[in-house]
Amino acid sequence: MTSTKYLIIGNSAAGVGCVEGIRQTDPTGEITLLAKETEHAYSRPLITYLLGGKVDEAGMAYRPADFYVQQRVKTMLGVEAAKVDPAAKTVTCADGQVIGYEKLLIANGGKPITPPNLPGADAPGVFTFTTWGDARAIEQYIAANDVKEAVVIGGGLIGLKSVEALTARGLKVTVLELAPRILAVTLDQDASDLLAGALASAGVKLLTNTTAQRVDLENGKAAGVTLPDGQKIAAGLVILAIGVLPDLSLVAGSGIATERGILADERLATNVEGVYAAGDVAQALELLSGERRSIPIWPNAYRQGFIAGVNMAGGDKVYEGGLAMNSVEICGLATISAGITSPPEGQGYQVLTKLDPKTKNYRKLVLKDHHLVGYVLVGDVDRAGIITGLIKGRVEVKGLEEKLLAPDFGLISLPAMHRERVTAGLGVWS
Amino acid sequence: MKRIVAKEEYCMNCRLCEVYCLVSHSRSKDLIKAFRQERGEIVPRITVERLGPVSFAVQCRHCDEPACVEACMTGALHRDPATGEVTHDPQRCVGCWMCVMVCPTGAIRRDRNGHVAAKCDLCLETGTPACVANCPNEALVIEEDND
Amino acid sequence: MSKRLVQAEFNVERDPERCIQCQVCVRQCSNQVHAYDAESDQVTCDEASCVGCQRCATLCPTNALTIKKAPPEFAPDNNWTSDVIQNIYRQAETGGVLLSAMGNDTAKVSWWDNILLNASQVTNPSIDPLREPMELTTFLGAKPNAVELNFDDQGGPSLATKLAPQLVLSTPIMFSAMSYGAISYNAFESLARAAGQYGTFANSGEGGLHKDFWPHGPNMIVQVASGRFGVDIDYLKVAAAVEIKIGQGAKPGIGGHLPGEKVDERISQTRMIPVGSDAISPAPHHDIYSIEDLRQLIYSLKEATRYQKPISVKIAAVHNVAAIASGIVRAGADIVAIDGYKGGTGAAPTMIRNNVGIPIEFALAAVDDRLRQEGIRNQASVVACGGFRSSADVVKAIALGADAVYIGTAALVALGCHLCQKCYTGKCNWGIATQDPYLTRRLNPEIGARRLVNLLRGWSHEIKEMMGGMGINAIESLRGNREHLRGVGLSDRELSILGIKAAGE
Repeated sequence: MTSTKYLIIGNSAAGVGCVEGIRQTDPTGEITLLAKETEHAYSRPLITYLLGGKVDEAGMAYRPADFYVQQRVKTMLGVEAAKVDPAAKTVTCADGQVIGYEKLLIANGGKPITPPNLPGADAPGVFTFTTWGDARAIEQYIAANDVKEAVVIGGGLIGLKSVEALTARGLKVTVLELAPRILAVTLDQDASDLLAGALASAGVKLLTNTTAQRVDLENGKAAGVTLPDGQKIAAGLVILAIGVLPDLSLVAGSGIATERGILADERLATNVEGVYAAGDVAQALELLSGERRSIPIWPNAYRQGFIAGVNMAGGDKVYEGGLAMNSVEICGLATISAGITSPPEGQGYQVLTKLDPKTKNYRKLVLKDHHLVGYVLVGDVDRAGIITGLIKGRVEVKGLEEKLLAPDFGLISLPAMHRERVTAGLGVWS
Repeated sequence: MKRIVAKEEYCMNCRLCEVYCLVSHSRSKDLIKAFRQERGEIVPRITVERLGPVSFAVQCRHCDEPACVEACMTGALHRDPATGEVTHDPQRCVGCWMCVMVCPTGAIRRDRNGHVAAKCDLCLETGTPACVANCPNEALVIEEDND
Repeated sequence: MSKRLVQAEFNVERDPERCIQCQVCVRQCSNQVHAYDAESDQVTCDEASCVGCQRCATLCPTNALTIKKAPPEFAPDNNWTSDVIQNIYRQAETGGVLLSAMGNDTAKVSWWDNILLNASQVTNPSIDPLREPMELTTFLGAKPNAVELNFDDQGGPSLATKLAPQLVLSTPIMFSAMSYGAISYNAFESLARAAGQYGTFANSGEGGLHKDFWPHGPNMIVQVASGRFGVDIDYLKVAAAVEIKIGQGAKPGIGGHLPGEKVDERISQTRMIPVGSDAISPAPHHDIYSIEDLRQLIYSLKEATRYQKPISVKIAAVHNVAAIASGIVRAGADIVAIDGYKGGTGAAPTMIRNNVGIPIEFALAAVDDRLRQEGIRNQASVVACGGFRSSADVVKAIALGADAVYIGTAALVALGCHLCQKCYTGKCNWGIATQDPYLTRRLNPEIGARRLVNLLRGWSHEIKEMMGGMGINAIESLRGNREHLRGVGLSDRELSILGIKAAGE
């Protein structure tokens, strides 16, 4: 059995954040990082850009090639962690290796959801799309089978970024979305329509309120899908982009508390001494509700990893809480959303919107008790971060509502206190 | 570390900082050519905001814990721990605008040319930041921050 | 509405090859001369309201703008010049009094230019101020008729005579009275800071002294004028000296008027008048109708300041200036300030500015002569002001008999003033003569003070060079030393009043 002071499971945003957090506090303590995937730390969201030919393999690196050398981290890539034993303070790997640790970060991320009742879902030509390996496999499959048409099941972020990549490769793509509109979780009808328009102008066919009933096969390979109404769509490639769930297989039966994800406190520690969790696998504090929620987005993963790292190394840093937010540009139309964007009726939320179909601009603000709790910007997304800062800083915006909706909105409209703090460069956290 | 400090009380809304920032980040580095040939593609990395008589310039504050660096999924944004400078590598930027989403000062803009984020780089290539060098009223100054 | 006949005074030339539509000019012109037309992506201009302040041309990053004087081309006439015709058009349209600002711009002669300085050759050595000490320190205040000394047991001397309070200047140049109200807070601060940094004095003018400026008190002369704005015991106590303002060279015989729109919260506090109310300084002090009345005010102020501060009296240079100055000295003033007809102002009726008063050169010579003749020259210092443009003017004034000079216009020019003479509009694009918060921020007092200190340093250095050339190493030795002056192109009568010989004599 080998052992290490710090053991990190996972090699993405949270893992890298953890390394940087530890090193800020403890420059020398031994760090071992193990990950199922074999690649050096890469930018997971770039896999669609890679498939679309927008970045090359070198461009996938999230940190420089010598990052782990510089940070004095022992990496064990291609090694899958199988079981955590908090009592023994060991992690057992799939290949039988046992690694002892003093402090452990579990940041092994999420796993893609595959629909349980989709006949043909395991056929060649059907892919989930969450790893660099998936991107390579899809690319090879398209080339080997001369695929011209594809179906993407799921009109969420991964789905739409996949659509963009496939379109860029010259494929004709059909999107199936179960909800009445794409990006249904964050966007309302107006915003979603703008994006749908952008997809349509890129030649993408969009079908809403529907999904695939089965994958049609030809010679044992995917050849299309059949919809509940019997309609058939020919496609040599089917991408399942329904979503991801925290990957809890590692901690099953370990005594580490989980709900949807691994429960982490405000220092990103689990209920078990010495074990921390961060990133898509974790269920940590959400800023607006004060509850612990799983928010699988890059910035939260990094921040959680960083704070976990600081705390693992003996520091004391508190996680302020994450905010669900995303920025995506689909077919040239930028969209940023954050916080509560589709509030429930009758609970005192105030919603302000401004739509300009001609310039494809949309602004939506959600407020409660004169505080911003969410927003959506489509088109002119510049300076969205100011609004994010208002949410994170819990700044009262009474009387500013109209200004916030204006496209030339800026810091100068903000309460002097907040403005001064921001312009002094202290950020929103100090 | 050194920070560019904007003195609101002496900002006179001429916006020469924007003009010279744009030129400093143009291909030609020439005022007239930059505006004639590149305007619309490149954007100034500094923005003057005005409300009535009050105006001030906003650019990257080079935060100690930069939200943009945390949010950057490609690693294009980086904070140099030695200098405190937050750098942006346009070669690694894919224009996902995550940084735009989180920057609390709204200091990161979208550069249409190359479709990458554009932010203040302190004009490290040339030495003195163009905005500071060309502010006619010393409303932009470099101050040593000892925190 | 009938057609206006007044024509544009300036041409705005925009080089389309150089204009980059950055709109700096649009944002900087308070007269709305420039405008941006989004449809054509061009900056356009309306020359009618251009005052020729050169703000746009100075800030244009590509030098695309040239502002040129464009006198309307009326038929050539030496009497009915375009200025005269335009003025009549203006008055025919408004029925009002023509207003101007800054100093008289019509005088074609500056007597300073007709006075030349001496330099040493062979018979007496000149002095290099970079190698040898050169004293510019100037003391303003009454000097004793004679000095008596006491000697202790060992024969060591000490001063027995009690000296009157003195202002100590590191250079014989002070900043003229310019009130906060006439000039901006930042301009006022620039002057006050520079005076402190260089070891001289700024003058509050008649608008009071805002509490923010009290720390500058040791370098401030505060005015008591006919409006008595901002005058209370604290105001007198905080200052280094007090000046009773009787008159001003730009507008002898008339008072002042700060329009209510300029009286904001801060100015209201400073002047001790309600926000938005006009600040009117009466033409006379209603309590001074004679030299005896003046004496009462002088001694009231001396009492109030416990005889610890010099009291100055400032008058405009007018016909009987020598006799008036004599009366002022006899009334107890420690300093007499005389403002010549080229002195500046924030606003004056044009006809008065250009036609009332006499040149400082003659007034100064006459006053110095008269006080000497009466044997009271030592009882007060004489400060000359009104249009000093250079260190040479200063040296000539001191040789004519001044103890020091006040500079106003030159100081404002150092701050960026381009002499467009439109102070009274309140739209000063240089942030000097305005209270508009969008404009006042254009003058950073840190830069302003630095530029003023540079000006004082440059002039002082030049004064030392000129003194050195004459073989003089202390400003005291130059004072009233008219032997070092010669006149050119002057009549015998002018030479005799100036008390100087003609060149070649």
